[in-house]
Amino acid sequence: MTSVSAAGGDKPPAAPKSRKSVTGTRRTVAALFLLPALVLLGALVVYPIGYSVVRSFYDQSGDGFAGIDNYKSLFTDEGIRTALKNNIIWVVFAPTIATALGLIFAVLTERVRWGTAFKLVVFMPMAISMLAAGIIFRLVYDQDPDKGVANAVWVGVHDTFSQASAFPKAHPGRESPLKPAGGGAFITTSPVRTGEAVSLPLVGVAPDLMPDGAKAAVAPKPEPDKVTGTTWQDFTRGKGVGTLNTVDPAELGYAGMKVEAVKDGKVVASATAADDGTFTLPAAADGAQLRLPASNFKEPYNGLDWLGPSLVTPSIIGSYIWMWAGFAMVLIAAGLASVPRELLEAARVDGASEWQVFRRVTVPLLAPVLAVVAVTLMINVLKIFDLVFIIAPGSSQDDANVLALELYRKGFSEDQPGIASAISVFLLLLVIPVMWFNVRRLRREVRR
Amino acid sequence: MKARQSLGSRLAEGVSGGLLRVFLIVVGLFWLVPTIGLLLSSLRAPEDIAASGWWKVFTEPSQITFDSYRKLLENEDITSSLLNTVWITVPATLLVVIIGSLAGYAFAWMEFPGRDWWFLGVVGLLVVPVQVALIPIAELFGKIGVFGSVLGVVLFHVGFGLPFAVFLLRNFFAEIPRELLEAARLDGAGELRLFFRVVMPLGAPAIAALGIFQFLWVWNDLLVALIFSDSGSQPITVALQTQVRQFGNNIDVLAPGAFISMVVPLAVFFAFQRQFVSGVMAGAVK
Repeated sequence: MTSVSAAGGDKPPAAPKSRKSVTGTRRTVAALFLLPALVLLGALVVYPIGYSVVRSFYDQSGDGFAGIDNYKSLFTDEGIRTALKNNIIWVVFAPTIATALGLIFAVLTERVRWGTAFKLVVFMPMAISMLAAGIIFRLVYDQDPDKGVANAVWVGVHDTFSQASAFPKAHPGRESPLKPAGGGAFITTSPVRTGEAVSLPLVGVAPDLMPDGAKAAVAPKPEPDKVTGTTWQDFTRGKGVGTLNTVDPAELGYAGMKVEAVKDGKVVASATAADDGTFTLPAAADGAQLRLPASNFKEPYNGLDWLGPSLVTPSIIGSYIWMWAGFAMVLIAAGLASVPRELLEAARVDGASEWQVFRRVTVPLLAPVLAVVAVTLMINVLKIFDLVFIIAPGSSQDDANVLALELYRKGFSEDQPGIASAISVFLLLLVIPVMWFNVRRLRREVRR
Repeated sequence: MKARQSLGSRLAEGVSGGLLRVFLIVVGLFWLVPTIGLLLSSLRAPEDIAASGWWKVFTEPSQITFDSYRKLLENEDITSSLLNTVWITVPATLLVVIIGSLAGYAFAWMEFPGRDWWFLGVVGLLVVPVQVALIPIAELFGKIGVFGSVLGVVLFHVGFGLPFAVFLLRNFFAEIPRELLEAARLDGAGELRLFFRVVMPLGAPAIAALGIFQFLWVWNDLLVALIFSDSGSQPITVALQTQVRQFGNNIDVLAPGAFISMVVPLAVFFAFQRQFVSGVMAGAVK
């Protein structure tokens, strides 16, 4: 009681200068309140930092002093170098893309009534574990376009823009005028002449793989000053080849087959077969051999190998962005809500376009928020572990390696605690600027 | 203003408004589809999953089955690891909230030498990566015999949850009006009474935000449990992780398992959106 009146009495309550002991506590009480936190922090956070720093200068067994050998291996060890390279890719791309998307979403959702629902959907992945997200994206990135949704979409888009090659496994039949030309192409055994009608029969395309537009093949008709011909499937199910190398009724034309005239190794003319398999080449083809290029016979496009060695890191970064763009969006939207509307209106009244308002007013006003978001994500990305550990299949995990994963491997499966400690100290050094920044900012607030 | 806009600009606005809607709907689908894929995969038989994509259920709804879930819940490894997740998450959350509140209150309202320096020290620990502590704590826990136990995992989470807890709660408690505390003091409240009857209730919003944040953090953790738990104390994330290497063969465990492990965080997320957001915002430095 007495201590309270003393504390409350001689300091005017309105003065925010110091929050001096309202409670007028004895120090022992303060110590009791603080003790659990400080003991746990000391034992579980501060002590390990010191231990790791010391341990990083000792060898594998921990008995012999190793100098900076462990730190040297950060730059010589193959696995760590890949990890370092990938971490740089992560730190550069993941936070910037997530922040940029967050900004775009935050600005755009302000203009639709169901913006909140949209935000909820994009923010939701933040609540789930990286393990669950990893399993989700293992399914998404399945290589088989019939199972993985990423390749299903990708193959769909790809086939819309570049026609799928229509004739896998087509090949010349018996006594064919065509011979293999290497690389999967076929070429006529002898040169062709204008005024001549050429037959280019092949066999081997499964009926269900024939192009939908294919019509009954039409026998070639000679034309003066042109090379004409037909390319068709010299086979009908149930009827066999009929007359060899001759167009029989019910045999289908190779609609869309590409035909090239080749003279001295150069393509001098080319044509595409019509639905009935007929094609016409100009006089320039005179004396050339006709080639059916390999692009006609490729296997159907199977999509990207998302989790293969070259794409695995970008793919995993994609899943990270799926998880964290919502975080950026929510923080930026909160910042946006505090931007004075009059400022934006004034710019619009002055005739600024929406893009100019965004570029010249909104973004500069949001710069501090954007910086906080990007830095937070960078710290987060430095420590990325779960997503890589779960999504990268065993075969490409070495290619997807990151520092936190390498630390786990070195420390807990390869029994290299010295090197693992060096990696952890390296990670700690990287976040020290942020630590310093936090402390400085808080010091100003505490001292107010 | 609106009325005076020319027809042309209104038209342009309408078109761009339409484009904007289409764009946002496409992006929204982009964000939803992966989760829907997991859900539908978990509702199909492994043979169906091996044969075709999950979107097949839209044309063949008869494929939907709860068999995988039934088998999963009969799998004792999975059910006991789900329980372990609860045994780890609940104490780790409660302890961080209680210990963090005590310290936050002390830093906000008590007088002792070097108070602000101690607090800044705690703030400095906010961004320390957990990786720094893995090896030292593994050795320490080995020596004191808690390695591989639920207790060890809980302790580790409490240690690394505290800097943020103290930071968040101290800042929030410091905003409590001085008069309220003085009035309670004049009414004869002792230190503990003041803490439990005045500070904790007034700090409820911050405590809720912290609690939800910490809860999700621990529930979703894989790395810490991967190292500090053993087969008897492992949470669901670790139990599922062991199946990932044979992804295709174990999809009937992984898909429903992942979905079950997501249910609690998602429920918490939808029930406490506002608190979650404020926790995330305050945690922007972590």
